[in-house]
Parts: sequence; C-alpha cells; structure tokens
Amino acid sequence: MLTDILLILLKIVAVVLLFAMPIGSLMTLLGDRKQSSMIQNRVGPNRARLSIIPGLGRLPLVGIPHFLADGLKMIFKEDAIPDGADRTWHNIVPAMALFPAIVMWAVIPFHDHYCTGEIVVQNYRDICVEGQTRNFFSIANLDAGLLYVFAISGVSVYGAAIAGWASNAKYSLIGGLRSSAQMISYEVSMALSVAGAILIYGTLNLNEMVVQQGHLIGGWLPMWGIVVQPLAFFIFLGAMMAETKRAPFDMPEGESEIVAGYFTEFSSMKFAVIQLSEYVATVFVGALIATIFLGGWQVPYLYGDGFHFGNTPTAALELPYWAVIALRIGAFSFKTIFILWLQFMLRWTLPRFRYDQVMNLGWKIFLPLSLANLVITAFVVAIL
Amino acid sequence: MAETIFFIVFALGALGFSAAVLIAKNPINSAVMLVCSFFCLAGIYVMLSATFMAVIQILVYAGAIMVLFIFVLMLLNIRDDEIEAPRLSIHQGIAILAGTGIFFTIALSIAAWSGSSSRVAHDTMSDTFGTVEPIGDQLITSYVLPFEMAAILLLVGIVGAVVVAKKRF
Amino acid sequence: MIDHIAILIIFIFASILGATVVALSVFFGPKNPNRWKKTVYESGSEPFGDSRLKLDIKFYMIAISFIMFDVEAVFLIPWAVVAKKYGLYGFAVAFVFITILAIGLVYEWGRGGLEWD
Repeated sequence: MLTDILLILLKIVAVVLLFAMPIGSLMTLLGDRKQSSMIQNRVGPNRARLSIIPGLGRLPLVGIPHFLADGLKMIFKEDAIPDGADRTWHNIVPAMALFPAIVMWAVIPFHDHYCTGEIVVQNYRDICVEGQTRNFFSIANLDAGLLYVFAISGVSVYGAAIAGWASNAKYSLIGGLRSSAQMISYEVSMALSVAGAILIYGTLNLNEMVVQQGHLIGGWLPMWGIVVQPLAFFIFLGAMMAETKRAPFDMPEGESEIVAGYFTEFSSMKFAVIQLSEYVATVFVGALIATIFLGGWQVPYLYGDGFHFGNTPTAALELPYWAVIALRIGAFSFKTIFILWLQFMLRWTLPRFRYDQVMNLGWKIFLPLSLANLVITAFVVAIL
Repeated sequence: MAETIFFIVFALGALGFSAAVLIAKNPINSAVMLVCSFFCLAGIYVMLSATFMAVIQILVYAGAIMVLFIFVLMLLNIRDDEIEAPRLSIHQGIAILAGTGIFFTIALSIAAWSGSSSRVAHDTMSDTFGTVEPIGDQLITSYVLPFEMAAILLLVGIVGAVVVAKKRF
Repeated sequence: MIDHIAILIIFIFASILGATVVALSVFFGPKNPNRWKKTVYESGSEPFGDSRLKLDIKFYMIAISFIMFDVEAVFLIPWAVVAKKYGLYGFAVAFVFITILAIGLVYEWGRGGLEWD
C-alpha cells in the first residue's frame, strides 16, 4: 500500500513537474516568443545568459535562459491588490486556476501498462502472457477517464470567472465573463465532437482508446482518430483552443480591447501562476488530442516486441522492450509538441475573432456540425 | 478501516461545506462552498463504486449548474451591504417547516429501509455496476422511454429559457 | 481503488502546489503600496463609477443553453460507449434523442436566442 502511494507520488512529480510544467513554460518562451519573433522576422529573446554554468556563459541558447530569469524575477515582484478587491478570493484564485490544469493530467497515458512477462502480439494488440500488467505510465487508469477530463475542464471556468469578479475592475469583470461564457459555449461541441470517437472505440478509458488505435485498416493504415473521425478532429482542436483561450480565440484577454482580461489586476507570482496554468492547459490540449486522435503513444507498425508489417504474429524487426517503451514515450511527446506548435502557428496565421464571431462559431457552426458528425458516425457504425 | 476514515472525511466535508453555504454572507462564497460540497459528494459516490455518478456530479452540478448560479449572482450583483439582515417572515416560516418535514421523511424512510430485509447487500452486486457501460446498456434496453423523455424534458427547458429571456431583450 | 486514491492524491498535490507558488511572492516580494498601485487600471484615467457592472441577460441565456446541451452530452456518452453492440436499434434510439434536441436548437436559433449583437 505504501509503495503504491509512493509510486503515485513519483508519477505525479514526473508527469506534472518534469513533463507538463517544463514543456508549458518552455513553450511560453520558444513558442510564444521565439517562434513569434521568427514569424515576424525579428530576433526575439537572446540576451539572458546562464553565466553561472561554466562554458555556457556566452551562448544565447535560443533564449532558453529567459524563461528561468522570468520565473525568478516574478517571485521578487510586489503583489499589488487593488482597493475594493476581495482580498481572500484575489489570493485564492491563482491556485484555483492552476488546480484543474494540473489534475487533468491524471488520466493521460504515456505508455501502455508495463508487462512483467512476455509480450505476444495478436490482432494488433500487445497481450501480456505469464506476467502481470502494472500501471506505471499513467497516474490513474480510470474507466471514465475522458468524462473525468470533461468534468475537470468544466470546473476550470471558476478560475476565470472569480478572478474577474474578485479584482473589482471593469476590464477584469468583462474579461472573466467573456472567458467563462466562451468556455462553456465550446464545452458542448467538445463533448459532442468526441462522442463519435467514443462510439468507434467503445470505451472512455484513454489507454484502451490508444490501444485500439494500433489497429491497421486493410493491414497498412493506422486506425488513428484523425483517420476515422477527421471532422471531429478539427472541431475538437478548435473547441479545445477556445477552451484554453488560445489565439485566435483569445477574446477574454485581447490586449487591444480589454487589456489582459480577467488577470489585468494580478501581479507578481499570482500573474505567473495564471499564465502558467494557461500554458499547462495548452500542453494538455496537445496531449489529449494526441491521445484521442493521433494514436497517443502508438508508433505506426510498432508493437510490444518490435515492428510488424501487417497482421503477423512475429516481428519483422525485433526490438527490446525498453527500446519500444522509449520510442513510444518519445512518439507521444513528439505528437504533443506537434499540436502545440500547430496552435502557435495558428495564432500568428489567423486574425483574432470578434466576440460575436466566437459565439456564433461555437453555437451555430461547431455544435450543429458535431451533432451531424455524431449521427453520421452512429449510422456508419450501425450498418458496418 | 481506511474506508471508514475516508467516509467520515467526505461526509463531514459535505456537511461542513453545506453549512458554510448557508452561513457565508457573500453569495459567491456560498456558490464556491457548494462546489466544494459537490466534490465531497463525488468522493462518497466513488466509495460506493458509482464512478459514473461521481463524474456526472462534478460535470453537471459543479461544472454546469453552478456556473449558471455564478452568472446569475454576477447578473444581480448584490453587494454585501445591500443584503438586509434576515427577518423571520411568513415565507421563511413555511420554508423552515417544509425543510424539517422533508428531513424527517427522508431520515425515517432511511431508518426503515436499513432495517428491512429487502435491502440488497453491497457484495451481491458486481463491482462494475456503477461504471459507464452497464448504465449505457440499461439506457438503451430497459430505460429507452425515460431516455427519450429526458430529451423532451431538455427541449422543454430550452423552449422555456427562450420564452423567459426573450421578453427582456 | 488505487486509481481513485491516485486522483485524491493529485487533488491534494495540486492544491498544495498552487498555494505554495502563490505564497512565494507574498513572502519574497517587496511591500510598499501607494495610492496609484492600488488603483485599478482603466486605460490611464481615474476609475469612475461602480466597477461591478450589471450584466446582459444574454450571458444567462448562454449559460442555460449550455446546461441543456451539456446534459444532452452526458446522456449521449454512455450511449456512445455501448451503441456498437446494438446495431441499428442503438442508432435509432440516439437518432430520436438527437432529433428532439436538434428541434430545440433550431427553435432557439430561430427565436434569436443565440444572437450576440
């Protein structure tokens, strides 16, 4: 029992502090600043140096030291609470914003359950013989994993709404309202668009979904979510971007309209925490889309004992188990970062929407489209 | 043993947060306390192996209905100093009577039920009865009519909301 | 059971992490507030009027439509998990359900409940 709990703590530290947060904050820099500077044809961050480490003192390191410097700087900034603000909520709200962004990671599988025995590949599935399967690569293997994600992302509305309310400022209040109205509007299309994928996989367990995506249609085409549910992929990507308020859906914090939206009146580490939680949520979008639509940890044709081309029991190219695990975790990270990169590219490619356009897109385009997608998928699944 | 401790923690949490909902002066505080109370209830559902119910509790109550409450609170925007000191009116008297009545009805029926032989022991049910799949099976087979009635109920809800809100536009 | 304990642990972990990070700046940051720092930002001019604005009813409309369609999704997800087993019958059950709600969506759309002017 105690070892189980220690294992859980280890997994939480690994996932949250070594994966989600570093990628999240690194993306703040590389994606949001360096990538933007490249798109806008300017240099971007290149001044900070890691002079305490010998040998690195003179290298700009594509600006990576900036994110360490930023984090350190935020700690030593003054925490200004405006007059008339609700001090208690002003202090609690950053933690409320960070909470859902972190606990959502609990169900993301980084790899299939670890098999202590031998692996036999049957019908594009790893089957563990003469051994147990141990859940080493996801924090919790919930049956209702996807519903858990929806439930927690529903709760993340409060961070924004109460942050806006607690600041006692007009820009903050409008930002908080806009962001909560936008989040709830897209939550519906998010759940309904992914219902088609649930229908095909017949499960809500994210790891089982990924296992099923190892199937090859006709012996060569991986049955990834994007292949069987292309429309749902785009609706889901759009809805998730609106949910995390990424540009072009960044109405709640559109600086040319309402300054910084609901966190206008937050400074120092509180501001940093709200920003960080948005970035962690953005990384989570990448991880979730990779899990549902891009095959999660699956590498095409790679199964537990090596590469198989077609439905064969023996591997065409055998690999040791640790190499398979490393390849798969690498593939999952790559897919996550790819979706992140895509989100940052979209940010600089598309102009920001008007708020009425955001609402119309959610209710009048995404919702009917996801309903139609679900009906058509259900019909096709029923007659097949 | 561990189960008892978890139950006590969640039950006390649910009761404590519910009491805080009533005591809190600021309506936003009340709303957030209610959300915390829902989380405790979800914990109790998980302990009863009703995981689907637990997730739905958070998804629908904490994530949807309480958001509406927060919107309404912001819509009305009552400040602390605008709230009048409570006076015992005839409405509150009726509310207290009705509340006490409902409490005793439920308490007595639970007491009667826990003593009766019709009670199904927990261990005669399978561990997975509260997960999503059995519920989906039941919805499609035995409870098809209620399933479709739910759609009609939701339709009535939408129509009602439009009718009420449209008067004010 | 261990998976649910894991969820409980990550809930506690996230709360402690959030509280710690917020507390960092409270302990390390300087404390010298003045009148201008404590004023809310309103494009550089003096704040005027009550900052707790009254809201438009359309936010309420959005929230209530959200509840309706969210509950719809909650009904459809358990259906989607098992529907493959039931073939055309399963499809028909959901088709009726979705059609009834689509009528609701069309009605709301037609009456202008989704307009954002």
